[in-house]
Amino acid sequence: MISPYPIASILGILVVSLTLAGGLIWVERRLLALWQDRYGPNRVGPFGLLQVLADGIKIFFKEDWIPPFADKAVFVLAPAIVMVTMLMSYAVLPITPGIFVSDLNVGLLFFLAMSSLGVYSVVLAGWASDNKYSLLGGMRAAAQMLSYEVFMGLSLMGVVLLSGSFDLRDIVNAQQKMWFVIPQFLGFVLFLIAGVAETRRLPFDLPEAESELVAGFHSEYSGMKFGMFFVGEYLGVILISAMITVLFFGGWHGPVLPPLAWFLIKSFLFIGFFILLRAGLPRPRFDQLMSWGWKVMLPLTLVNLLVTGAIVMARR
Amino acid sequence: MLSILRTLWGVFLHAFRKRVTIEYPDRKAYLPPRWRGRIILSRDPDGEERCVACYLCAVVCPVDCIALQATEDAHGRRYPEFFRINFSRCIFCGLCEDACPTYAIQLTPDYEMSEYNRQSLVYEKEDLLISGTGKYPGYNFWRVAGVEIGRKTKGQSENEAPPTDLHDLLP
Repeated sequence: MISPYPIASILGILVVSLTLAGGLIWVERRLLALWQDRYGPNRVGPFGLLQVLADGIKIFFKEDWIPPFADKAVFVLAPAIVMVTMLMSYAVLPITPGIFVSDLNVGLLFFLAMSSLGVYSVVLAGWASDNKYSLLGGMRAAAQMLSYEVFMGLSLMGVVLLSGSFDLRDIVNAQQKMWFVIPQFLGFVLFLIAGVAETRRLPFDLPEAESELVAGFHSEYSGMKFGMFFVGEYLGVILISAMITVLFFGGWHGPVLPPLAWFLIKSFLFIGFFILLRAGLPRPRFDQLMSWGWKVMLPLTLVNLLVTGAIVMARR
Repeated sequence: MLSILRTLWGVFLHAFRKRVTIEYPDRKAYLPPRWRGRIILSRDPDGEERCVACYLCAVVCPVDCIALQATEDAHGRRYPEFFRINFSRCIFCGLCEDACPTYAIQLTPDYEMSEYNRQSLVYEKEDLLISGTGKYPGYNFWRVAGVEIGRKTKGQSENEAPPTDLHDLLP
């Protein structure tokens, strides 16, 4: 099923998500400042809101430099991939009963596929930069994605078992009586951790790791190409927050307020939580990250899946 | 795992703490009265320049930011022909103030000296001289040290004590 107003929905979601991704830079800086006893940007415009605009103008006027030793075509392509894959995922996101682009019957799989493709951007950026730190960042991203992608998908299978559908709209409607966060609490925690790793946000920002790898995979990037990585990262944060809302917190369902308001409130709570994670937690060592992923998270996910499956079978 | 949650909660509680930031142009931080800021050249109570161009400040300056040239007026009194401080080098250590025998060079509690042009940070004598006495209102070096005027040397005028003999150990 396609939205009744496809063009309007696509344009609306595109404009709103990109604006939000830009605005999130301001939100993040203000919130980080809040939790570090500072004010953050509050000079440019009301509450410093125009800081985003100023930064945007600045970054467009920066020199757009491609290192002579880089693999030019791939170097230029890499930042675009992260934007494209992230934006593609928004196509299956059911925001309200009326606001959506496409209602795929495999929406959840499409989202997982697109977020997995996003890692190509990081790996290719690290490879094309021809810089040892970039390459290390890219390698780390690949390893991290590989191990966290596995249980990210598996942690969602509990939701699929309970709702009996891969269709995100059906999943939201199956939560009318009870949010899936209650029967699937373990799945929620696992997906949250995998989601943070998926967006390469702190404490899982090892591909970037500015204290060890200069700036990781985007060491060689400047100007708007660098900006695209950032916008892609913030798009990912919004996407994962929205997905947590859709999959575990009943999407647009809620009393009194209109569906859109509920969706936004829930999503923004998780965006805030993402930023709180960044404010509070240090980065783990790389081998700790990998062993944590394979030895703790994956078995837990499998147990969760087995128990959920058994309960669903027993109920039948 | 529990410690992670406790950390997050602790960080979250920081939202309600007092801000550390002082919003500078709107509000200014407290400055101690002896703050070492912009350097000035003061005048004695009679309105004459205090500086006797002894070069001690230029010698003691660890970053060599003070440049001056001594000259004499018609009465043989020394004064600086030019006096130049390069504030892009100055580290505001205050050694020049300590070295000055006449209290001429003084540091003030003013730090708002930003310029767009590096050259603008080079202050000439006109920029440095103030009309007042600075931190030492009553002090006049020549009243204390005495001055030679043609026929009379130091200590020979009425009500004037003879100058200290620098080579004498007696009190």
